[in-house]
Amino acid sequence: MSLLTVEKLTKSFGGLTAVSNANMHIEKGELIGLIGPNGAGKTTFFNLLTGVYAPTSGSIKLDVNGEKKEISGLKPYHVTKIGLARTFQNIRLFKDLTVLDNIRIAMHQNVDYKLPSALFRSNKYYEEEERLKKEAEELLDIFKLTHKKHEIAKNLPYGEQRHLEIVRAMATKPVLLLLDEPAAGMNPNETVQLTETIAKIRDEFDLTILLIEHDMSLVMKICERIYVLDYGTMIASGKPEEIKNNKRVIEAYLGEDV
Amino acid sequence: MKVLNKRNILTLIIIVAIYALVQVLITTKVISSFYEITIATICINIILAVSLNLVTGFTGQFSLGHAGFMSIGAYAGALVNMSMKSTTGFLIGIILGAIVAAIVGIIIGIPTLRLKGDYLAIATLGMAEIIRVVFLNMEITNGAAGLNGIPRFTNWLWLYVFTVLTLILISNFVKSSQGRACISIREDEIAAESMGINTTRYKVMAFALGAFFAGIAGALYSSYFYFINPTMFGFQKSIDILVIVVFGGLGSMTGSVIAAVLLAVITTLLQSLSSLRMIIYALLLIVIMLFRPQGLLGTKEITDMFKFGKKYERVE
Repeated sequence: MSLLTVEKLTKSFGGLTAVSNANMHIEKGELIGLIGPNGAGKTTFFNLLTGVYAPTSGSIKLDVNGEKKEISGLKPYHVTKIGLARTFQNIRLFKDLTVLDNIRIAMHQNVDYKLPSALFRSNKYYEEEERLKKEAEELLDIFKLTHKKHEIAKNLPYGEQRHLEIVRAMATKPVLLLLDEPAAGMNPNETVQLTETIAKIRDEFDLTILLIEHDMSLVMKICERIYVLDYGTMIASGKPEEIKNNKRVIEAYLGEDV
Repeated sequence: MKVLNKRNILTLIIIVAIYALVQVLITTKVISSFYEITIATICINIILAVSLNLVTGFTGQFSLGHAGFMSIGAYAGALVNMSMKSTTGFLIGIILGAIVAAIVGIIIGIPTLRLKGDYLAIATLGMAEIIRVVFLNMEITNGAAGLNGIPRFTNWLWLYVFTVLTLILISNFVKSSQGRACISIREDEIAAESMGINTTRYKVMAFALGAFFAGIAGALYSSYFYFINPTMFGFQKSIDILVIVVFGGLGSMTGSVIAAVLLAVITTLLQSLSSLRMIIYALLLIVIMLFRPQGLLGTKEITDMFKFGKKYERVE
């Protein structure tokens, strides 16, 4: 049974249809790539999945413990609560806060104390804060960022900021992780590291991942299936080798008569 | 009880010591009744500035209507206190004023907090004006003439108790998960929402808490100065509070406290210079903003200076 089912998803901004009749289905545990030329509507597609935009029509269903939940049109925080987390194309860390705080904020929805407990520091507050700190540190440990936990996020090197954004998304305990161009602006060395991290996340956390990427080497190397978006329409989907040789994909990227 | 840890007990001792010290100075007349007014102003301004800092400094929602919430507390407190001339009446007045202010905060916050930046500033400004005009036209508040002869129950003890209470509760809030949610909204609202934070809810929460404490400050104010009228809580008052917050540092409670003390002391010292006073005051603000645009303390807190453990870890 598929984890994510997108059917006939359409989004128009006035006269411009950014995404039209897009379909997608992702099985649990898959690592899927979404590619397409600039302006094809990839990020709009992401924004529709995560609730930043409400779709004009179509449906997005997420399977949560065997129950299909319609998530289109829900607010972003609600979508995250249901189990979908994301990173951003342009890094959007809480850049003046520490690495630890970045993670703890993402854990907010799993915190089990209310406002009075916070104001008057009940025992529950202390217990929960302790648990939070421990869990955040464990997570940072896995991604080798523990020694930087008190560092201000904006002072981290670029590659680590990208990593931290992924760790932060992981802290919300998602079932489906969306990565928006995780390798953008990275040097080849950092890209290799990132590739390892993504593979590690999938294996160790038993996660399903959908990523948008321009770096073809990364997509072809780790993605099991690829969707191709062009002018808002899904023009192809399949295994990396199939996509490589697909005539319409080549046309979309390089123009006709090639 | 995990509240009773070493650090909190030490803080409690310091709090009581400061109270006793000032009380002794007042009783022995070292602090004259003239300077007592300065102390009252400082305490009330601290409550106002710290509560506005929660909204503007920590949550990042620019509000120009804080005096509106203060006036609600002032009127509610005065009205209760005038019909119940006792300490109980005084305390009921404070709590009622704070609760009414918080409720108004929620009612106003839900529609206006969708706005951002300057739009929100204008909306909150308008809201404070509406509150002022309502008080100006109501029978029970005696219109433009205001309320006279409010019994004075506010003294050093109550000023201090409520100032400390405000500081502790807001500091606790800021260091909780709810508080971190508010700070994340200031840092990046879109990212915060994507991390599962219901941004509207936390903006309204911060706004209501800020209004609650502003209500307390208002009730203390009316009970100290015997007399209130709507013009006291106009645009100018909101700006005065905002100046303290910006001066001390947006996002620093310690900064707000220091700024409230400093500005009150400067005003008192310059009293003899009469008209020149406002010019010096303004120049001082300009100079500070030129050399420290982030305010006196930026986002730092006094407690940051005592975190040796943290520094040690960093060296590791």
